Amino acid sequence: MALLELKSLSLQIAGKQLCNRLDLSIERNECWGLLGKNGVGKTTLLHTILGLQPAQEGEILIDGQNTSLLNRQELARTMGILFQQGIDELPATVMETVMLGRYPHLQTLIRDNPADREIAEEALDAFELGALSNREITTLSGGERQRLALATLLTQAPDLFLLDEPSNHLDVAFQIKLLKILTDKISSASASFLMASHDINLTARFCDKILLLIDGNNYLAGDSEEILNEENLSRAYDCPIKSISQDGIQLFYPQ
Amino acid sequence: MINKHQILLIPSLLLFSLASLLISLTSGSVDISAMQMIGELFTANESLSNQILWDIRIPRSASAFITGALLAMSGVIMQVLLRNPLADPYILGISGGAAVGALSAILLGLGGLWLTNAAFAGALFSILLVFGIANKFGKWSVTRLLLTGVVVSAGWGAVINILLTTTSTNNVQSMLFWLMGDLSQSQVGNAHFLLLTAALLGGLFVSRSLNVLVRGELVASALGINVPSLRLLLYFSASILTATAVTVAGSVGFVGLVIPHALRLLGARDHRLLIPGSLLLGGSFLLLADTIARTVIAPQQLPVGVVTAVIGVPAFILILRRSMKD
Repeated sequence: MALLELKSLSLQIAGKQLCNRLDLSIERNECWGLLGKNGVGKTTLLHTILGLQPAQEGEILIDGQNTSLLNRQELARTMGILFQQGIDELPATVMETVMLGRYPHLQTLIRDNPADREIAEEALDAFELGALSNREITTLSGGERQRLALATLLTQAPDLFLLDEPSNHLDVAFQIKLLKILTDKISSASASFLMASHDINLTARFCDKILLLIDGNNYLAGDSEEILNEENLSRAYDCPIKSISQDGIQLFYPQ
Repeated sequence: MINKHQILLIPSLLLFSLASLLISLTSGSVDISAMQMIGELFTANESLSNQILWDIRIPRSASAFITGALLAMSGVIMQVLLRNPLADPYILGISGGAAVGALSAILLGLGGLWLTNAAFAGALFSILLVFGIANKFGKWSVTRLLLTGVVVSAGWGAVINILLTTTSTNNVQSMLFWLMGDLSQSQVGNAHFLLLTAALLGGLFVSRSLNVLVRGELVASALGINVPSLRLLLYFSASILTATAVTVAGSVGFVGLVIPHALRLLGARDHRLLIPGSLLLGGSFLLLADTIARTVIAPQQLPVGVVTAVIGVPAFILILRRSMKD
């Protein structure tokens, strides 16, 4: 059974058609890249999958269950999202923030479960934030804040990671590291991710499947090697895109 | 996340509350020493000090503590609900509605139970009015709720001014005392204790959810909170707490705004601490303020709302300065 299934999903925002009859099936252990130009509906699609926004038409199934029949807590246990705008500058420490990720799983009323804290600490260590756990988030840099948001999502440990531009604010080394952490997590937990990104090359390198939104009515979905080529990308971005191969990695660049 | 240092806050506040109670019970026109008071508490006799303690000071102290506790907890909830640090229990017009009810009762020469019932009815009417307007088209956003509350509040202000300017001078003083917040006529009973206990337990039950909700609507939904139902619950529970407090003591200002902030600045940002902390600090703060209000120019009494402002403002500035140094 597919982890996520979108059946003939149509989205509209302020009267503008974003997706029309989109069908998509994401299995476990798959890394999906979500590409498309600005305003084509990548963020709206991610928010709709999580039920933060209503779909105009169509069905969303997670593990075969229609998401409209699940409550918010059940949804939060199976799907987690990294928001594009990151986390608020509220007075809180790094540890307080990362522990929020355990909220959908919490069983205890008042006391923190030591097991939850361990999961949170592991996630902080994975993103090299362990030493900052008592720092105020207002004192963090943009990159540290993005890593904190990612660590919080890792702490939530959903089956499906919805990522809205996760490489924002990250230096190249951390971009690679982030994708390695995520792909490791995917294979160890039989999870999957759907990552919206503007970085075609990072997506091409780490995603084996691609959903390329072209415009309100057209999209392409399938294996990376089939979707990612000069013709499709040029059409999607309205801009001539060329590719070169170097050291076994295919790189795309605008002309 | 609660660390060891923060956990100590609750026992400290508990001690502070007991100390406040001791000060309040031993202060007044008749001197009762602490030892004498403890003796009187455990013996039944007809002595003057026994009567003063049981008939005057204990009921009044209970009123002060409960009112302060209700206001501070309501303030915590309103600040989460509206995601606005300037939110206080009165921001959505509840005290205005209660005031119009109470002032109308005074105008009609009614007192006692009539006055408290009129105040409570006014508060309830205002709660439903604000919710009804904000909820008109089946959806209500925080901004809409806040704007509606502020506008309705302003409307009540106008009605209060009409009542104040058209009534006889005799009535004006009791009206002003009510508006500033005054505990001299207050009475609390078992129902108030029950409400406070329910608020504490309910507050602790949703405290983790509050920690998530302050991060914003989208984040809270993504982490598994049913935001519309939680908001509904918060609006009505904070409103009932405020309505009850206002009915007991009039619109005592400052407690609901400043106590939550003071606790946050002292390090209690987690609602698992903030809820019980605000109960204890809000209660003891109003208890001390009322002790001052009834003793400082004795035999005359000040409205307690004047004292909360006079103590609260400098205390708050001091805490703010200390927290900035860290």
